[in-house]
Amino acid sequence: MSGFGIGGPLDSGDLILRSGGRPAARTRFDQSVIRSTLVALASTVVFFAVVGWVVVNSPGWSAVQQSFLNGKVWNESVPDIVPAFATNIQLFCIAEVLILVLALVLAVLRSLPGPVLFPVRLLATIYTDVFRAIPGVLIIYILGFGIPGLGLVGVPSDPFFYAVISLTLVYSAYVSEVYRAGIQSVHPSQEAAARSLGLTQFQALRYVVLPQAIRRVVPPLLNDFIGLQKDSVLVSYIGVVEIFRQAQIDKASTFNFTPYLVVALVFLVVTIPMARFTDLLVSRDRRRYMASAR
Amino acid sequence: MTTTQAAPVPGSAGPSPALEIQNLWKSFGAIDVLRGIDLTVAEHEVVCLIGSSGCGKSTLLRCTNLLEQIDGGRIFIEGEEITARGTDVNRIRRRIGIVFQSFTLCPHMSVLSNVSLAPRKAAGKSKAVAEAEATALLERFGLADKRNEFPDRLSGGQQQRVAIVRALAMQPDLLLLDEITSALDPELVAEVLNVIRELAHGGMTMVIATHEMGFARDIANRVCFLDEGVILEQGTPAEIFSHPREARTQQFLERIIEAGRL
Repeated sequence: MSGFGIGGPLDSGDLILRSGGRPAARTRFDQSVIRSTLVALASTVVFFAVVGWVVVNSPGWSAVQQSFLNGKVWNESVPDIVPAFATNIQLFCIAEVLILVLALVLAVLRSLPGPVLFPVRLLATIYTDVFRAIPGVLIIYILGFGIPGLGLVGVPSDPFFYAVISLTLVYSAYVSEVYRAGIQSVHPSQEAAARSLGLTQFQALRYVVLPQAIRRVVPPLLNDFIGLQKDSVLVSYIGVVEIFRQAQIDKASTFNFTPYLVVALVFLVVTIPMARFTDLLVSRDRRRYMASAR
Repeated sequence: MTTTQAAPVPGSAGPSPALEIQNLWKSFGAIDVLRGIDLTVAEHEVVCLIGSSGCGKSTLLRCTNLLEQIDGGRIFIEGEEITARGTDVNRIRRRIGIVFQSFTLCPHMSVLSNVSLAPRKAAGKSKAVAEAEATALLERFGLADKRNEFPDRLSGGQQQRVAIVRALAMQPDLLLLDEITSALDPELVAEVLNVIRELAHGGMTMVIATHEMGFARDIANRVCFLDEGVILEQGTPAEIFSHPREARTQQFLERIIEAGRL
């Protein structure tokens, strides 16, 4: 996970920490902030200028530019590709809701105590092990082609349906581990206190343990959500026409790779704000924790 | 010996003691923590448990509230055996309040929600009723202005007072206090002990595990000295603190006096 420690010009913590201080020391402090910002800016500009110059002056640049950054193909494929992203959005939003619910159920099942419930814990454990072990794209293939192939009556044949199911199965295995870590991080005395007041085990979980656990795991959950967004292109393999499949179609008709760069740009635009937001939550959480630790 | 299963009306002065513990055994792994505890607490009585760390005070209280599974013996609350098979532990725990050394308030809830949670969810009171009662209790203990604060905005002493109020909100017949001032800064101890004094004067039946010997001498009707999992000696505060009979009790008190805590 990004955003921990290592202060650089991009560490969001900087923006908050550099305030306050005594008035007398403040001007000098501000000056040193300005100076280090300017130095960072200059070195960044120089670095990228050098990299850019090397790339543009490489022997194969004109060929690469022609097949990856063709302006004409770019302009033609954007109106095709960007609307196809709506399918991805639909896919990962529906899957995310299902994942958050299924993963929570799995995490709770794995946290239940007592020897009687051992089979429940065992099944939940096998589930998370299996779906974390098999590559996601294989699950998509197996379900997307296998189940409709059985030819059973009433079984849906829409590949979008199997796309949602496959991603939900794979990601809920990961997300349930995140939830479980959160549940385990809540001190046992919290549950004991709730039980001592006469709350049932379920009530203690519902009102005392889970609210604290979920609050703590929001940043890693968002992190997994970013992963899910990107993995939504995997379902192109079973014939869902989404952004990547559309780009493949455009590539095939133009014999040019530029449509793939359009896809890359769309993901950058969607994912980077999400990643920044996650970092912000992490640093806010860290500050709150440090403030309350006495 | 009382074995009746009928629950007496809470608060009525029945013939049964508020708490009766018979030959209680509890071990963690190979270590016997409690080795045959017998203890009877009458209604309105305040019993203090003293003894060095690890002598079993906390375990005894946790067993009494059924937070730990016992290995042997029986426990009765107002004549009803709570260690019998098939006992509804949640119903029993509603009648026995416990306050821990660490405050264990829920950090994600306001003071008012912390106090009214169990009355709403465990006792089934409506939100309005539970919050009105919680507010009244908070007022009684000088915490009314904190009702909307979150626990991490309160001092340790205030948090512990809220934890006591939270236990009282269930209107327990018996209150167990497990070294409730041990995690507090010294200047915050008094405010918490004053709450307990007030409760004692109000007739609350209490079993208190404590290292505050001065407080135990003040408030207890009876002091029990625990040593290696048994109640080695018990009596009035004057008997225990001024004329201990057992050598182990004398040793323990001498160390306390050396440390300037009595």
